[in-house]
Amino acid sequence: MKNKHMSIRMIQVVSFLLGIIWLLPFYLMVVNSLKTKKDIFVNTLGFPNPFSASNYPDAMQQLDFLKSLTNSVLITIVSVSIIIIFSSMAAYALVRTKKKISGIIFLIFASAMLIPFQSVMIPLVSIFGKVHMLNRIGIIFMYLGFGSSLSIFLYHGSLKSIPTALDEAARIDGCNRWQTFWYVIFPMLKPITVTVAILNAIWIWNDYLLPSLVINAPDTQTIPLKMFYFFGEYTKQWNLALAGLTISILPIIIFYFFAQKQIIKGMTEGSVK
Amino acid sequence: MKNNNTWFWLFLAPVMLALFFVVILPLIFGIYYSFTDWNGIIATRFVGIKNYINVFQSTTFLNALWFTTKFAVVAIIMENVIGLALAMLVTQKFKGRHLLRTVFFMPNLIGGLILGFIWQFIFIKAFAAVGNVIGVSALESWLATPGTGFWGMIILMSWQYAGYIMVIYIAYLENVDHELIEAAEIDGASAWQRFLHITIPMIAPAFTINVFLTLSNSFKLYDQNLSLTAGGPYDSTQMLAMDIYNTAFSQNNMALGQSKAVVFFLIVAIISLTQVYYSKKREVEV
Repeated sequence: MKNKHMSIRMIQVVSFLLGIIWLLPFYLMVVNSLKTKKDIFVNTLGFPNPFSASNYPDAMQQLDFLKSLTNSVLITIVSVSIIIIFSSMAAYALVRTKKKISGIIFLIFASAMLIPFQSVMIPLVSIFGKVHMLNRIGIIFMYLGFGSSLSIFLYHGSLKSIPTALDEAARIDGCNRWQTFWYVIFPMLKPITVTVAILNAIWIWNDYLLPSLVINAPDTQTIPLKMFYFFGEYTKQWNLALAGLTISILPIIIFYFFAQKQIIKGMTEGSVK
Repeated sequence: MKNNNTWFWLFLAPVMLALFFVVILPLIFGIYYSFTDWNGIIATRFVGIKNYINVFQSTTFLNALWFTTKFAVVAIIMENVIGLALAMLVTQKFKGRHLLRTVFFMPNLIGGLILGFIWQFIFIKAFAAVGNVIGVSALESWLATPGTGFWGMIILMSWQYAGYIMVIYIAYLENVDHELIEAAEIDGASAWQRFLHITIPMIAPAFTINVFLTLSNSFKLYDQNLSLTAGGPYDSTQMLAMDIYNTAFSQNNMALGQSKAVVFFLIVAIISLTQVYYSKKREVEV
């Protein structure tokens, strides 16, 4: 019995050591973001000497951080809301209509998940360029196109377990399809809606390639886009670059701090199904 | 009855329109363009399979294909071994195991582009500083050679993705019947035997999921590749997705880029269909 106690202790120690190793890159980023350019060069591993907090206001200004933060928040919230609204409606129609066509449409959406973004990006940019839709409206529409398949798939799975008796009861009470769905069914889908929201929000928030092709004007750039140009410019000034990196990951780390369990579940659920 | 049909199509219309214009139409156009001399604006004539011959004569494409394959093999092994090891550790009953799960998963929240930049600093500055302190010159000038670029990518992706893989293994490990393990213990099975004969068969489905997940992720990798090495030195660490991007948008060779994109689509689709086939087969067996 004592032996078992010892080995659990050992496992704990090893695990915590690994945890520290996992956090080291973040630690080094933050510590060095508080140094002067010269201090990073001669003293990469130690504590800042002297402290140079001015990297932060400088980086924030260069990054136009408030602007890119607003852009990121706007695009993420609007896209995720639209994906939730239209995917849940579509999945509801597919589950409640027992016809051959429903199966075919569902299969088309499921197959679309096999298509990697890079295999369609070149014609996509050309088509949307021709109709002058390489802008924020365009990218939100694109996120609906790329995000709906998995979202419909997840909603489809949940809807199958909601009894049709509920729909019928609502119909008898005089609800039409639209009211039945939004007042009776949709509230019952809350757990999967949280998953769909998290999955799409993390993807869209961090996305780089699609925005770089569609909304690459200075006043519409999101955080990853801005970061790309900023890093290219300041690659010899690690103090500014690291302060910029630290600010740019702060919003999502705060989000994670409040909802880690939901986030981990949401991000992994899609891949297991 | 007519009314019944109308609501069906109204509910489906927005996503179907989006899927059509964003995925299906570009896919069809893309396949069509790959057989023409398309320059991004117009296609004047059919060129047969000429573009595809060029794809397989393109050294950057063949190098990228080889690099991506090599990377995928090593990454699948590393991510799964580390992911499973972490999962085995944090499913033991000790204080702090939930905190550690959160820590190991954390890199997955942050975009690949930013992770690559962070690790650029670690490899270039921190590795050099450590090398200086302990007198190992091999730690200097990382990412400046093809070999260190390759291992840099592997280290970055293992660090990021092992925590994700870990979560999937945990879900299956927590279903392992503890009475079964205790019974085996009483019967005198060693820890290794218990692992081999009880744990491994129980987590076999997770293993299938994770191998395919890491495989298709390795093939589709772009952001981390761009921000960590940008394909350098001399295109030696350029992966398939980056080669497609560069051919189309940097060299402005749209038809060739799109043909590479079609080949890329076929590779990724074959991987995914194999996975669907395997998981369906398993469902039937169960």
